[in-house]
Amino acid sequence: MSDTAEARPWSPSPLALERAAFRRAQRRRSGLVALVSTALVVTAVVLVVVGAPGWERARTAFFDPENAWAALPAILEGLWLNLRVWVIAGTVGTLLGLGLAILRTSRIPALFPVRALAIGYIDLFRGVPVLLVLYLVGFALPALRLEWLPTSSAFLGALAIVLTYTAYLAEVFRAGIESVHPSQVAAARSLGLSRAQSMRTVVLPQAVRNVTAPLANNLISLQKDSGLISVLGAVDAIRAAQIATTGTYNFTPYVVAGLLFFLVSFPLTRAVDAYQRRRGWGRSLATVTGGGDIR
Amino acid sequence: MTALLSLRGVRKTYPAPAAARSRVREQARVVLDDIDLDVDRHRCVVLIGASGSGKSTLLRVVNLLDEIDDGQILLDGQDVADPRLDANAVRARMGMVFQAYNLFPHMRVLDNVTLALRLVHRRPREEADAAAVEMLRRVGLAHKATAYPDQLSGGEQQRAAIARALVHGPELLLLDEVTSALDPELVGEVLDLLAELRGEGRTMLVATHEMGFARRVADEVCYLHDGQVHERGTPEQVLGDPQRERTRAFLSRLAS
Repeated sequence: MSDTAEARPWSPSPLALERAAFRRAQRRRSGLVALVSTALVVTAVVLVVVGAPGWERARTAFFDPENAWAALPAILEGLWLNLRVWVIAGTVGTLLGLGLAILRTSRIPALFPVRALAIGYIDLFRGVPVLLVLYLVGFALPALRLEWLPTSSAFLGALAIVLTYTAYLAEVFRAGIESVHPSQVAAARSLGLSRAQSMRTVVLPQAVRNVTAPLANNLISLQKDSGLISVLGAVDAIRAAQIATTGTYNFTPYVVAGLLFFLVSFPLTRAVDAYQRRRGWGRSLATVTGGGDIR
Repeated sequence: MTALLSLRGVRKTYPAPAAARSRVREQARVVLDDIDLDVDRHRCVVLIGASGSGKSTLLRVVNLLDEIDDGQILLDGQDVADPRLDANAVRARMGMVFQAYNLFPHMRVLDNVTLALRLVHRRPREEADAAAVEMLRRVGLAHKATAYPDQLSGGEQQRAAIARALVHGPELLLLDEVTSALDPELVGEVLDLLAELRGEGRTMLVATHEMGFARRVADEVCYLHDGQVHERGTPEQVLGDPQRERTRAFLSRLAS
């Protein structure tokens, strides 16, 4: 239907050239200012830290390469446990959370008791500190002496984390479901789709997209909280670092563990940022009308 | 022969807003008040009236998107307001087009059009795709099949929504102010398409503010006021020579 007219040849007017030159100069100036201010800040921080009276002692206590190298294998082994707990608890928690959120919106009468339970569960576990849940699950469950229940501290720790994060993630998904405009549901239902069909094909895809940022936040936070299972005796990266520090009074292993945690979560945060930037469906924001920078 | 769609004594109220409920006992608002209406096969009935007169609600209750308080909605003689009936199956016999298009932004245009065919009418993917492409060609959008809705102009989006509402061969087409959200220069392309559908003998129930369009396609025009059919007749009668004072006032407000 649309036949586009042949674009007329264009060479920039003197006005456009002059403006482009101004913008270039301004960019150069901004770059220079950023460079100078960064240099100033870095210099100030270095001066304060290095010039501190205890710097020499702090450096050997926290940044001792030899000590770091010695502790690294044990910490890496601990980190492997963290990663497993993170992936398993994250997956299970995400699926259960999504299930609970969908359950809350369902209207099937037979599910009423499950719905009521789900709401109570979410309210409860959002309000109780994760550390407390860890202690209760880690020490109270084995006391029941259920033979089929594994009693390894890693399992019980992961279970406690799943219990807490499922509640958080359910609320994230519920917010996502509620963020989809009712007119979308009306359009789906008007085509004859059932309640479940419109939830699955129309609401959920948009809901998940809308809550990518809080979802990733929770998963990153779960990755760090996976270290808390060490209170039950599981040797994760933090616990391994703690063991390495005893006797030597050198805290370098903690710094190593912190660095490793950061290295794991950093790519994820960046990936999510990049994903969020392409806000239009199926293309990057720069091509959307109004998606550019505003002067 | 019975009409395809008959409304008998249809009444619909919206509850008073919750905020007002605590202070003053506000009456529920009556949106449709004892409506009788018939749409015969291959006929086009156009609803006109000010905003809030009940046009949109009337279309929504026919599509079973809202429940009525009283009365009957007879589709081919069967009362579809009966809660024992499978509403999904009833809705699948109609096609509805909304004022704001309501396309699914996360699906390509083609998938928007095939969704109901695949999920409701259980047609295999290739068959659904072929039918959708054919329908998109009809509305002049075959070249946009793989685009996402936000890559389309308003007029294109509304034509895609019309294709989505038509592709499963509905017996009744419901159009809710389908040009109200469009820029003036895009209104024409959508209205031309609708006039073409009218020419094919589709049964249509249309709410619109476009009096020229009403004159062009309507077999019957109903002027709605405060949830009642205030005046009805051929377009020549109602738009050309309105008998009642309110209708005259409404039309003259539009003209000025």
